[in-house]
Amino acid sequence: MSKLKIEPSPHIKSAVSTQKIMLCVILALVPALIASVWIFGLRALLMTVICCTSCVIFEWVFEKITKRKNTISDLSAIVTGMLLAFNLPVTLPFYMAIIGCFVAIVIVKQFFGGLGQNFANPAITARIVLMLSFTSYMTSWAAPFYYQNSGEIITTSTPLVSESAPDLLSLLLGTTGGCIGETCALALLIGGIFLVVTKIISPATPLCFIGTVFVISLITTGDITLATAEILSGGLMLGAIFMATDYVTTPITTKGRIIFGIGCGLITMLIRSFGTMPEGVSYSILLMNILSPLIDRFTVPKAFGAVKQNGGKK
Amino acid sequence: MLVHQIHLPHHKHSAENETIDLPLPSKVTISMAQHLGVPCAPAVNIGDKVKIGDVIASSDAVMSAPVHSSISGTVTAITDVLHISGKYLKSIVIESDGLGEVSEKILPPVIESREDFLKAIRDSGSIGLGGAGFPTSMKLGFDPKEKQPDTLVINGAECEPYITSDYRCFMEEGESVLDGIKLIMKWLSIPKCIIGIEKNKPKAIAKMTELCKNDPEITVMGLKSSYPQGAEKTLIYSTTKRVVKEGMLPISSGCIVLNSSTVAFISQYIKTGMPLVRRRITIDGNIVGKPRNVMAAVGTSLSEIVASAELTKEPDRIILGGPMMGSCAFDLDYPLSKTNNAVLLFADTPVYEPSACIRCGRCVRACSMNLLPTELEHAFDAGDAKKLTDLKVHLCVNCGACSYVCPAKRNIAEKNQLAKNFAREQMQKMKKE
Repeated sequence: MSKLKIEPSPHIKSAVSTQKIMLCVILALVPALIASVWIFGLRALLMTVICCTSCVIFEWVFEKITKRKNTISDLSAIVTGMLLAFNLPVTLPFYMAIIGCFVAIVIVKQFFGGLGQNFANPAITARIVLMLSFTSYMTSWAAPFYYQNSGEIITTSTPLVSESAPDLLSLLLGTTGGCIGETCALALLIGGIFLVVTKIISPATPLCFIGTVFVISLITTGDITLATAEILSGGLMLGAIFMATDYVTTPITTKGRIIFGIGCGLITMLIRSFGTMPEGVSYSILLMNILSPLIDRFTVPKAFGAVKQNGGKK
Repeated sequence: MLVHQIHLPHHKHSAENETIDLPLPSKVTISMAQHLGVPCAPAVNIGDKVKIGDVIASSDAVMSAPVHSSISGTVTAITDVLHISGKYLKSIVIESDGLGEVSEKILPPVIESREDFLKAIRDSGSIGLGGAGFPTSMKLGFDPKEKQPDTLVINGAECEPYITSDYRCFMEEGESVLDGIKLIMKWLSIPKCIIGIEKNKPKAIAKMTELCKNDPEITVMGLKSSYPQGAEKTLIYSTTKRVVKEGMLPISSGCIVLNSSTVAFISQYIKTGMPLVRRRITIDGNIVGKPRNVMAAVGTSLSEIVASAELTKEPDRIILGGPMMGSCAFDLDYPLSKTNNAVLLFADTPVYEPSACIRCGRCVRACSMNLLPTELEHAFDAGDAKKLTDLKVHLCVNCGACSYVCPAKRNIAEKNQLAKNFAREQMQKMKKE
């Protein structure tokens, strides 16, 4: 008789795997990618491909050098590459994007121990590093469909700093100035719904994040159109759906995720209203990333049937 | 309150096949630890002749149950046998004389009082047939002055995939289940009974509802088909909305939980006096051509049990019990014990390589005890007994749901079991110092 396998229970496992989860996130980002190519031309696609490739290569090389287990097959580096590309203006020089990939994968992710160990979202942190290093490049936005006008780049402002009345339809379709993947709210929402339906993300964080921004905006402006424009513009949809839901850097319980989402919304509105920068989504997520362990600590669920220990703290 | 449960594939292939009686085996190996608690000491010597139903081992401990011979023949060895728990346990080997003679001592017990009833339960060798093997006499031997339970909960959830032995018990011995319930309610003065059956067994629910239609104090309750519905604390909550407090026995909530097969056995014992020497066991798995239940003598080797199962392939994995909480057997000579409700045989099952935790929180949302499995794993890896205790690792019921749902295929449930022991030992050490 052949040798029998011995293992602890349980002996069956669900079909879901890290790789499948990452694949779903990549699929959910595809509508936004298609929209970005439509709005900003093929350079948007090229930027995404370059970012994904560099992220995978950095991860592979780093793990090779440090003799860690090769993890590129879990697809998380591709997700980081896509998210980073989506957070860059289409006109950014490619070498800067590659520097961003290095920051994301090597410094933020691998230096802290690789997937699951980083405390901050790699794509967000890389975007912030690029923002501070190459501010003018990072804040010059190509006008939508600029590629149709004989290749001449016309820059425009993002809707967040524009004085004119918001055009909700163009905000929804993304035909405005902005980063590659952040402008088309519709495509991002489609991706978000896909992730919620496939139970990859819980809707708690995005709903609380976007809801908080909407409510604050409604209270301060008293105008429903302005409040709607507030949630459709900037990087809010991209950030709330794809980056504030990053498992690794956000709280683990639903209660914690609600607090995280509300916190992100508050900080975003503080920066948008009072800060010198036009956009606050990435900073809000980074700040809340740092608070996540604390939130986790204060949102330990009550175990079924648990009783408080005498003299114990909790 | 929300009690987390997960959805599992049911795989109840054997559900509609009649139980078949296996012929008496040529040899049985009967372990002295057929139950949770104190193992028995052999009461026979090598060379002794025994008949079916003769006591071959017993113990004076409260938390124990006597062991009986399941065949007639000669005791040929009393030896240590490696148990699936990893311990060597004393076992009695009996070679059959092929006669299948029943002991003359087998007589229906005379019951006139609560004490008689409890003694009969003890003598019957009854243990929880659902899998954990808690001695029934211990469960029922409560002190009514201290705490009188008001509800008897019958566990017919059978939430583990594949297993159908409790379902077949309802279908084939539903009358005995009902009779056993009435006996326990009568002698222990329990006024109410709830039979909990998962809704994926509509025929069993219909049959028991029909049988109980003249007994208003007995209700049949259809439960959501989810895992771990049959875990004691979960079942008590599902049927009565009562919560068993940390560190307390179910009786503290006024409930006593018994498996349906155990209750059916009690009824049959009171009628015939034949102790627990046989049980129903499900044979299934991806290489089993004929999934079904068989009645087999305790101590029969697995190879004899699966002989008629028409295996299509050599197994590479044999599981005693369900796929979520069962244990791996290491060879087919392994003997059947009173607690085994299934033997599952598999080949070409995938082997998973654990990868890094991505903190997705699936284990947190799967934990029926509302613990944080991934945090427990981290605390165990860090050797932090204080944190493990604060996070209530001792409440883990080892249902395995956390490992099942983990996308990184981490063996969280295994770690939690190690963590439980580790935390207990460390905390005791700290108290001493």
